[in-house]
Amino acid sequence: MGTSTERSCLKYLFHLAQDHLDFRLPEIKALLALRGKPFCPGENFKEKSPFWCLDGLCEEDVCGIMARSVCAKSAFELWGRGKTHNELKTSLLNYPSENMVAFMQKDSTYRINVYTFNKTLEFPDRIKKIDAMDYLPFGGTVSLKSPQHIFCLLEDYGTDPNNIPEHPNYIYFGRWVADGQRELIRSYSVKNRHFIGNTSMDAGLSFIMTNQAKVKENDLVFDPFVGTGSLLVACSHFGAYVCGTDIDYNTIHGKGRSSRKNHKWRGPDENIRANLRQYGTEKTYLDVMVSDASKAVWRNAALFDAIITDPPYGIRESTRRTGSHKDNNKPPDGVYTDSHVPVSQSYHLSDIFTDLLNFSAHHLVIGGRLVYWLPIYRPEYCEEMIPLHPCLRLISNCEQTLSSHTSRRLITMEKIKEPEESDSLSHLADSHFSPYQGHNAFREKYFSGQNKKLIKDNKSDVNGE
Amino acid sequence: MKLLTHNMLTSHVKGVTNGYPLLIKATEVKVNDVEFNPEFISRMIPKLEWSALVKAAEELGHRQDLPGELVPEYEKNEEFLKKVHRALVEVEVVEGCLQCPESGREFPITKGIPNMLLNEDEV
Repeated sequence: MGTSTERSCLKYLFHLAQDHLDFRLPEIKALLALRGKPFCPGENFKEKSPFWCLDGLCEEDVCGIMARSVCAKSAFELWGRGKTHNELKTSLLNYPSENMVAFMQKDSTYRINVYTFNKTLEFPDRIKKIDAMDYLPFGGTVSLKSPQHIFCLLEDYGTDPNNIPEHPNYIYFGRWVADGQRELIRSYSVKNRHFIGNTSMDAGLSFIMTNQAKVKENDLVFDPFVGTGSLLVACSHFGAYVCGTDIDYNTIHGKGRSSRKNHKWRGPDENIRANLRQYGTEKTYLDVMVSDASKAVWRNAALFDAIITDPPYGIRESTRRTGSHKDNNKPPDGVYTDSHVPVSQSYHLSDIFTDLLNFSAHHLVIGGRLVYWLPIYRPEYCEEMIPLHPCLRLISNCEQTLSSHTSRRLITMEKIKEPEESDSLSHLADSHFSPYQGHNAFREKYFSGQNKKLIKDNKSDVNGE
Repeated sequence: MKLLTHNMLTSHVKGVTNGYPLLIKATEVKVNDVEFNPEFISRMIPKLEWSALVKAAEELGHRQDLPGELVPEYEKNEEFLKKVHRALVEVEVVEGCLQCPESGREFPITKGIPNMLLNEDEV
């Protein structure tokens, strides 16, 4: 093997899954940042392409990223590339042989895979492509079952399934280094999870959120709208210790109606702790509590390494906090029973986000991240709507479309300084929150969107819009 | 409720200025086996209010020989870290309540889960 300085100059090719396109770059950037590495795209970098070349990494970095990423499928040490097989050949023959020799020894075993994106090749065509690579000095013997080294020829036929070119747009050849964690999407599927609710976050997005939050081993992570704990499950998979609160007594205690079809009631032991136990990470379970995210139950200190949450938007769950507009319903004097359910009032979305950002500014460690979902009424969206805080820097903002007129945006922020007295008030007067002001403002738009669109279309005839 | 959580909680009853630490009135306490992780415990120690932890462990009758003062170079002291580990994440209040030291307001703990909700007239 070459020396470490030589090997650190290598280029790596990442093959990414073609879903959640918007989330891939923030995920990979967060995983690079977790290793203290900058994002150095190679020339002709295209964010929407399934293939990315990155510079400035060593194999250890690549393995570290692939041990976490659910957006990346595989990573390769790039040996050559080109627009045609001739260009690829030239590129490979120019590749320093000292970088290849360690993987082509006589006593080694290897295999070459052919991967085509946006085209399916017949088996004989694949063999032809492998045979055509005979200009490379492979010294070892082929082992299809358990090779020591795996090489891959990757052909990119573009991203339009209705217009597949005869020849690939681009070809890569490299040594396989590692696979990503796509498998987690299946193994952590909510379909097989013990305890779920109506709004449980799907496994893939939970892991993307965990990665964007830079959650790592032995971190302390908090979810203020914990629900059935989907986000905590993902965080604990990567070794973080987790806690959460929710205003809903029944959810936290795993009581009430089941969210599963054909199951009327939740069974005993349906709770967040049992979910972690199911995945073998109960040791990282700290606590969950029944608590109101709008109230300060935590001691004023930088306690959490990450805050990761999916606040209620009032669509499939109500937005509530304790309190009442009436003042005549006192409980029996001085007796506070656990079964008493306080009257709750609506919790304006604008207040949810103000509280969440303020809470994060006070309770995150410096460099700690807040990752949360912001519901968006698309016709009115502009970047200025993203709530800001002087102590939190916006890192990324990616969209997941929910319908023609609504979406939610995954917002990632990083704490850059401790709050001062003035910070807690300065942004409250901000007009950013106006779209979320008024109870149910987003909810009304969400449900009225379709009708509104029809009305608007009719109107435009009249107004000439 | 574990004592690590208790260490981070404070009373949020309206008008209370000195709501920390919450008193623990336990009717059922249990000690779980939790895998010892010295790195995590070492990372949590600087975030703790040490005297509150000692007091809470004492109240539950599980102080054992947890020292009154944080020991120097605790990261390298496995014996000490094990004691902290036990107090922080193994001792668990299953039934009882947390009480605000100033107002006397009680927050029930059922099946290990504290209920920190205030009533509508208290917020």
